[in-house]
Order: sequence, then structure tokens, then C-alpha cells
Amino acid sequence: MSLKHVNAVIVGSGAGGGVVAKELAEAGRSVVLLERGKWFTPFDERKDDLRNQRTCVLGNAFGPDERNPRVYVDASGHEHVISPTHGAYSNNAACVGGGTLSYGAMAWRFMERDFHLRSTYGAVDGSTLDDWPITYADLEPYYEKAEWEIGVSGDDSNNIFRAPRKRPLPMPPLPPTREHQILNPAARRLGLHPFDIPMLRNSVPYNVACEVDAKCGTHNTVIPKAIETGNCELRCECIVREILTSDSGRAAGVAYYDSDGRLQEQSADVVVVSCAAIESARLLLNSTSRLFPNGLGNRYDWVGRNLQGHAYTGAIGLFDHETYDDLGPGASIAVCDFNHGNLGFVSGGMLANEFIRLPYQFASRTAAGIPRWGAGHKDFVRRYYRSSISVMGPMQEMPVFDSRVQVDPKVKDHWGIPVARLSGHRHQNDLLGTNFMSAKAEAWLKEAGAATVIRSGPISLDGPSGGQHQAGTCRMGNDPKTSVVDKYCRVHEVDNLYVIDGSVHPNNGGFNPVLTIMAIAYYASANLVKTRKGMGAT
Amino acid sequence: MQPTLRLNRRAFLQAALTAAAAAGAGVACSRNGSPWRFFTLDQARTLASMVDQIIPPDQDAGAVWAGVVNYIDRQLCGPYQALQETYRYGLGAVDQTSQSNYGKVFADLQSHQQIELLHRLEEGKAPSGAWKQLSSAEFFGYVVDHTMQGFYGDPRHGGNREGVSWKMLNLPYPPIRGRVRSDLSKPRSG
Ligand SMILES: Cc1cc2nc3c(=O)[nH]c(=O)nc-3n(C[C@H](O)[C@H](O)[C@H](O)COP(=O)(O)OP(=O)(O)OC[C@H]3O[C@@H](n4cnc5c(N)ncnc54)[C@H](O)[C@@H]3O)c2cc1C
Repeated sequence: MSLKHVNAVIVGSGAGGGVVAKELAEAGRSVVLLERGKWFTPFDERKDDLRNQRTCVLGNAFGPDERNPRVYVDASGHEHVISPTHGAYSNNAACVGGGTLSYGAMAWRFMERDFHLRSTYGAVDGSTLDDWPITYADLEPYYEKAEWEIGVSGDDSNNIFRAPRKRPLPMPPLPPTREHQILNPAARRLGLHPFDIPMLRNSVPYNVACEVDAKCGTHNTVIPKAIETGNCELRCECIVREILTSDSGRAAGVAYYDSDGRLQEQSADVVVVSCAAIESARLLLNSTSRLFPNGLGNRYDWVGRNLQGHAYTGAIGLFDHETYDDLGPGASIAVCDFNHGNLGFVSGGMLANEFIRLPYQFASRTAAGIPRWGAGHKDFVRRYYRSSISVMGPMQEMPVFDSRVQVDPKVKDHWGIPVARLSGHRHQNDLLGTNFMSAKAEAWLKEAGAATVIRSGPISLDGPSGGQHQAGTCRMGNDPKTSVVDKYCRVHEVDNLYVIDGSVHPNNGGFNPVLTIMAIAYYASANLVKTRKGMGAT
Repeated sequence: MQPTLRLNRRAFLQAALTAAAAAGAGVACSRNGSPWRFFTLDQARTLASMVDQIIPPDQDAGAVWAGVVNYIDRQLCGPYQALQETYRYGLGAVDQTSQSNYGKVFADLQSHQQIELLHRLEEGKAPSGAWKQLSSAEFFGYVVDHTMQGFYGDPRHGGNREGVSWKMLNLPYPPIRGRVRSDLSKPRSG
């Protein structure tokens, strides 16, 4: 059965897809936005410390569920079928808003050098590191648009390393927490440049987010706006199986299973894939046909390659006095002194105090020097829960060609669709960088007066990276032989097919990636609207 | 934060089995003369002695008082259904190890003997043929983690009775108030 033809069908309503939906709908294009998950409201977002997207020991509150397994190949080559609550699954979310419904909401702009790492540091052995086909300056207006339309609070004026911005952030930072007050003077004494982390959170009444919804994601900003135009239809619980192509090699639409499990076909002038790095690669690879026997965009075997994320390390400081206040979100102060220019390895990352650690998270954290159980463990938790500060940061990872998403030849999901298969390893540079960053976190905490500091242990290079910051699997580039999409996120070999999400990042910054994903979505949408004036004409 | 990629093979297999269990192939939870959903009285007694060593009572309540056994029993008939066999086997193996080393079941040992045995289980050094299908270290790892969940997690999941651990940590309820304290029953202003 086929449904009414539209100008654009967008698969996935997360950070990337949500923004594209609004931009196309506001430009008068007819849009269908397909999302495999549900639409939650603030009333559904019941806080649950053991069942959420970060601590999922009792399940993922915002999906996906057990019907969506993946295959993980470990360092010794063994295959394992894993469920979405497993650490190696690399889950983000399955709901309207995607990761932006439940994210911590740090809103970073990448730095200028992050867009030309290869020219800055040279080629890196064992890595496919390359420059982006666009620069920071190309994205700057769209970073600004994301900050103002979706809503960011913070103050990065003391960050002398930040890339130039034309406009300040729309909202002031939240008032400083106790941790902030302890860490700020210590950083200054060390000659660092601490500042208030930009956050997609309302510090004052702002935009369309409702009163109980102080955090801004795409589900409560751009997606409702897209729907208000009357041009965008959001369909939830729709699992897209494949992208359909015509005999001439163009994208014709998508086939999906609706909420009743019925197979539907939605035709469109343009198909936009925004499923996040692992599922976007899976969808392209599952879309095989006579003309595209290896999947769409995959002529040179680059789809699914370079899966990356962030190795996250740092240190925890134990204090003789209380450091705690119960003011969410916790993370509030950062430094960018270590993102670039470090000796002995490529790039680096920002360091920030962590989000509030709930009691189970704190109690289950193991490290050398902390008893794991028994009277000693109980004493430790009782003594330090309110007297500890954690400083951590995301290390910019080196892309590795063999860290990849494939589709598994045997295992299928509940709908009979071949699942993603993850394999590979991390780059040695990630280990050098995280060791360095952990040492810097330790120094900061010591200066802040911590009596004892416990560093994160060295990371393991086994297995691919990925996780909530997953990126890189459909690299953006000028050369069709070494990338999947062009500088406007258009798949090189299919004129009317786009990938617009974290997949396109050639490298992922020393920052949480979501604001960059949103900025690229605004930028790619602007080009799409401009170059496809009469969408429909082919 | 990035989830760690420390993996063990058994967890993989179990995850793979979860879907099957959820689809009805698994063992149902029933009472069979025990007040628990899953455990027999003996299993619950062994587990109780273990969890009270993992988080012992002192000036604040311990794991048993906080309802950790109830928490685990409940999850084994829910999200942890795939771990039923692990618990059945593991608790039996703990008692067997205890019998062969001390001539008594675990719950009847003196406290210092229990601690000694748990250390050996943790290090995988329990000298007994009881651990053929499952390593003692792995089983102990599950019990430690689930005890932390039941003691420090939200009372709604069946443990942390009366919010006892949060009181111990001097935390308000709920633990994070956040910044926005709006009352939805009132009309919006502005
Ligand atoms: C707990 C948590 C905290 C985080 N904190 C931060 C932070 O502080 N700062 C930051 O920058 N980032 C953070 N992130 C990461 C951030 O949310 C992601 O980087 C971002 O959402 C990725 O955007 P995306 O568009 O690539 O994919 P997503 O936002 O994941 O959206 C993809 C969407 O596609 C849907 N989909 C996938 N496959 C299909 C299909 N076949 N059919 C239909 N729909 C499909 C998915 O259900 C999903 O909704 C956090 C994430 C989590 C989970």
C-alpha cells in the first residue's frame, strides 16, 4: 500500500531529524517524520534512578526495548547477541526527540581546529583522520541559530580558547553550585580558564518549553514548531526497514512497519536519514538492490566505518568538608585548556564537573582504593557521598577504519530486519589522551583541596567506541572514494538521499556532540531548501 | 558517561536469552510454599546472609532490613528473569562451598567466616566442585551489584525501605529537587 506522496520523508526524530523537519516544513515543504519510538511528555518522564538512559540496570525508560538486539564482536572475535541495556550495545534512545529527550544538555560548539585536525597534527598512523570539507566559519551562523532557537544558557566569555562567536548565548548561566564555587578559584590559581558550561536548559523563561520542561530538546522545541506549520506529519512507532530506490538509482521513499506491524510505503522527493550513527549506517546497508548490491552510499565500503564516540575519564576528589547541594543538573563548570596543543598525542578534550551522581551510581563506582563491599564500602559511601567532586571529560577519538557497523548475516530483530553488528577497536591515541586528561583532572581537584584523589583507570582499547556520543559512520567529505556524503550531507552516489545526524562527523571533537549535530542539521537544511526549490521536479 | 566495555560471556548469552524468556519460554514465578516470588525459603536465607555482609547493619540499617532480598526477588520475576538460573545455581553453590569448607550452610557460619568465604568467592578461589557452570566471582559480582541497587535505589523498586539509605546519606526526597519548582495546578502566568 502506498501513502500520499510528500516532498520529504525524514527517518528519525532526534537531534538531527527534528531540526530538519522544522526547517523543511517552515519552508513550505510537505514532510513526513517517522520515529520508531513513542512521544513522551513531561508527565511520562517520571524520574527513575535505575531505569533511565544512563543507568539502565532495570531497562531503558525511553527505548529501545528487547525486540531490538544487536550483535557485538569482542576482541577475541566471539560474537554475542546483546540487548539494549548492555554496555556494548551503544544505545542512545528511541523516542521523539531521540537522545535530546534525556540528555544532559551540554551544548558545545567545536573549536576551529576540530574541523582540520589532519592539517593541524598531520596524518596519524592507524587512523583515517582527515579534515572536514567545511570549516567552523561555515557552521558558525548555524551554531548561533541552534543556540537561539532551541535555547542555551551559560557564559563562555572567560573561555579564551573558544572559537569566535558573533552573538552571546541567549540566556545567562544557572546560579553557581557549591562544586562550582570550589572548582572555580582552584582552576584560576592553576592558570586555567574556567567558565559556565553552555547548556540547553532554561535559566530564565524562554521559548516554547513548558514550565516543568526546563530542558530543551527537539521534542519540545523544533518538532512542535514543525507540526504547527501544518506541513509536517509525525508518525510514531514506525520502524523503517529500508530506503526504496527507483530503476534510475534515485531514492523513491521508504518502507516501514507501522505501529500495528503493517508494512507501509511512503514515497517522497527526498529521503533524509537521521537515525543516529549506528542505525543510520544499518539502514543504508539494509537498503540493497540491483544497482546498490552493497547498500546505499556504500560503493567504496565506507558506510558504517569509523564508528567513534568518546572515551570519558577523569578523577574523583574526596574532601574533608561537604561539597554537595541538590541543585541539578550538577555539571556547571568547565575548562578548554586541554583540547589542543598537548604534548605527545593528538588533540584532547574539555574537562568539566560531572552531573549529579545518584546514590546507586556513586555506590557502584569501583576504583582501586575504594572497598567494593562490606563495612568499609558502606563507610566510604556514607562519608563521601556529600563530600566528593568528580571531574571528567570526553577525549577526542581518532577514527579507526576497522571500528564499524555492519549488518549481521544471521540475527534479525522482531520485525525480521537484519540487526547492526559492531566490531573493532580504539586507537592508541585515545589511551594517551585519557591518561593525560585524568592527570589534569587530578591536579585540579587537588588544588581545590581534595584530601584524596582517585583517577580513572586506563581505558581498554578493545572493542569499538560508540555509545551515546556515537558518530562518524557516514563521513562527510569531498572525495566519494573516502567518504559517504558531500559537504551538504548528500549521499555522493544518490542525488536525493541525505544523511543528517552525528554519522557525518569525520571526527567528534573533544566535546559532547549534540549542538554540532543540530548546527549541521540547520546548515544542511538551508542548502536543501535552496537547491531543491521545486522539490518534486527531478 | 560512556558505558564501560568490560564484558563477560555469560552476560551476553543471558541477554540473548532474555527475549525468549520474555516471550514466555522462561520459568514462571510462583510460590511453591515460600512467601517469596522466586526464592525458596532456604535460598532467601542464604542470600540474606550474603547481602548483610555486603552492606552490614551498623548505626544505620543493613541490606536485609532495607529489603534487598525483596528487591532481588522482585527483579528476578521482571527485568532479571534471565538471571533466575544464575541465582538458583549460585545460591546452591554458595551453600555447597560452605558445607565442604566449614560443615555448615552459609547462613549458619560465624560472621568472620562468612566474610572470609565471600572474599574467596570474589577472588574465584573457592575450592569446590560446586562452581562448574558459573564462576563464583561472576555470581558474587551480580549479588554485589544488585545489593547496591536494592539498598541505594529508589524504594519504588522494592528495596531501600523507608528511604533508609537516603536518610543515611542525609538526602532529601526525591534526591534531586532540580531547579524548577512549578505548580501545574495553577494557571500559567506570562
Ligand atoms: C543520557 C544521555 C545524556 C547525553 N548528554 C549529552 C550532553 O550533555 N551533551 C551532548 O552534546 N550530547 C549528549 N548526549 C548525546 C546526544 O543526545 C546525541 O549526541 C544526539 O541525540 C544524537 O543525535 P542524532 O540526531 O545523531 O540521533 P538521535 O538523537 O539518537 O536520534 C535518532 C532517532 O532516530 C530514531 N530511529 C533510529 N532508527 C530508526 C528507524 N529504523 N526507523 C525510525 N526511527 C528510527 C531513533 O529512535 C531516534 O529517535 C546524551 C545522550 C544521552 C542518552
